[in-house]
Amino acid sequence: MDEIQKRILSEVADLHGVPEGAYNIRVNGRSEARSSTANIEITSKQDVSGIDIRIKDGTKNQSLHIPVVLSKSGLKETVYNDFYVGDDCDVVIVAGCGIDNCGGQDSQHDGIHRFYVGKNSKIRYVEKHYGAGSGTGKRILNPVTEVTLGANSFMEMEMVQIKGVDSTVRETKAELAEGAKLVVHERLMTHGEQSAISTYDVQLNGEGSDADIISRSVARDKSYQRFDARLAGNAPCAGHSECDSIIMDEACISAIPRLDANNVDAALIHEAAIGKIAGEQIIKLMTLGLTEKQAEEQIINGFLA
Amino acid sequence: MLELKDICFEVEEDGPKTIVSGVNLTVGDGKFVVITGPNGSGKSTLAKIIAGIQQPTSGSILLDGEDITGLSITGRAQRGIGYAFQNPVRFKGIRVKDLIRIAVGADISVTEACNYLSEVGLCARNYIDREVNASLSGGELKRIEIATVLARRSRIAVFDEPEAGIDLWSFGNLIEVFERMRSANSANSILVISHQERILNIADEIVVLTGGRITAHGARQEILPSILGTGAAVDVCERMGGRS
Repeated sequence: MDEIQKRILSEVADLHGVPEGAYNIRVNGRSEARSSTANIEITSKQDVSGIDIRIKDGTKNQSLHIPVVLSKSGLKETVYNDFYVGDDCDVVIVAGCGIDNCGGQDSQHDGIHRFYVGKNSKIRYVEKHYGAGSGTGKRILNPVTEVTLGANSFMEMEMVQIKGVDSTVRETKAELAEGAKLVVHERLMTHGEQSAISTYDVQLNGEGSDADIISRSVARDKSYQRFDARLAGNAPCAGHSECDSIIMDEACISAIPRLDANNVDAALIHEAAIGKIAGEQIIKLMTLGLTEKQAEEQIINGFLA
Repeated sequence: MLELKDICFEVEEDGPKTIVSGVNLTVGDGKFVVITGPNGSGKSTLAKIIAGIQQPTSGSILLDGEDITGLSITGRAQRGIGYAFQNPVRFKGIRVKDLIRIAVGADISVTEACNYLSEVGLCARNYIDREVNASLSGGELKRIEIATVLARRSRIAVFDEPEAGIDLWSFGNLIEVFERMRSANSANSILVISHQERILNIADEIVVLTGGRITAHGARQEILPSILGTGAAVDVCERMGGRS
């Protein structure tokens, strides 16, 4: 890997070399490095681009890294990654994609991730998106995440896109069986003329299932964001979605929460708040010695932390 | 030393309206000065003018001889003006320790940050990692606000109604905070906006502001007897009872 590729890798996966545990590092459309472990097996798909990941029952305290790096301008790819997680697992999965586009052609990565999580398993999934490069070609990321959670399983998803991605359409779908829980923390910042659309469709199918979708975002300059979250309670369940956004400059933000209660014992809540940074927050930090610009950065960093 | 020279502040409200008029005031080094007066007399506006949050229509402000009238809030903070809000601000995502670190202006340890919370009677362990958001009560926020001003170690610390929103226990604590501030550095001054008799009782000097003008200013012994029982000096229980 060259220096640019290494830098992207550290941005999206906090990696400075080959990680421990299982991994597949994809660079410019091909697998640069791969390692399976006794419990986590990674194999290439035969029909389409992508990998199958099989995690054995009872796999505990193991990690899987599957970062993607695009540093060639004009590269467009659609990649299918399927995760088959056994029962009683406890695993951390770090994905993420970084694009460095120094050329005039658009670079695009559409990652389709499907998770089939077994009973009583616990997954922490971290996905960071990052764009860089001075070219006029766009950096486009369209991730699709489909999650099927088995009985009493737990999945925590952290999805971060702070910088440099020109266009994103993110689709997240989840189906939860009895006792399953899904927690999503999405953090997003757009600037320039970027556009980010995030849609959720969460089906709470099992008794005692629980979903908590929390999105915090900052839209600057002339950027556009849309948060579209649908929670469907099809059984006695609990669902909560929250979209909290700071709007700046000439940006536009739409928040479209939707709740479908199909069972009398479905308890569903949505909250959405969009507003600019409160002037008194800036003033308070200025009385503590920060400049107006530093105060603004501090407020945004805290909000997205 | 802080000097206010002929400070005026007007707003446009169906024509010009005077909020503060011709205020001349000197706060000497090491002094504890309380500004009191009826509601709407311009006390909070004057505090904001000192902190740079409001610009005076005319007049000048000098800190240790330097004219700071044209300086921003930041510029004044950096020269040693501290300001505690009457209604503290909430922040989503900023933690108590972040705020204290910003106030100190250095990346201090958690233990050092905790010391400031202990000063205002908060069990540091329970608060240091909390977000300064709506999950904190008004009284907790108020004490955190005071802790951030303590952390500034200001030349002139301005407190706008520091007792508002705190309970009786922390009221006693607040008095101790002021007394410790005075003994910690004899050159720094404290300027408090308050009606509270217990705060007036520890003042070196009392300033009475009425209708935007200073109507009395002198040593506590001289001023306090004349204002006891008026709206400018109320008993703590009476005032808190009145609010509940």
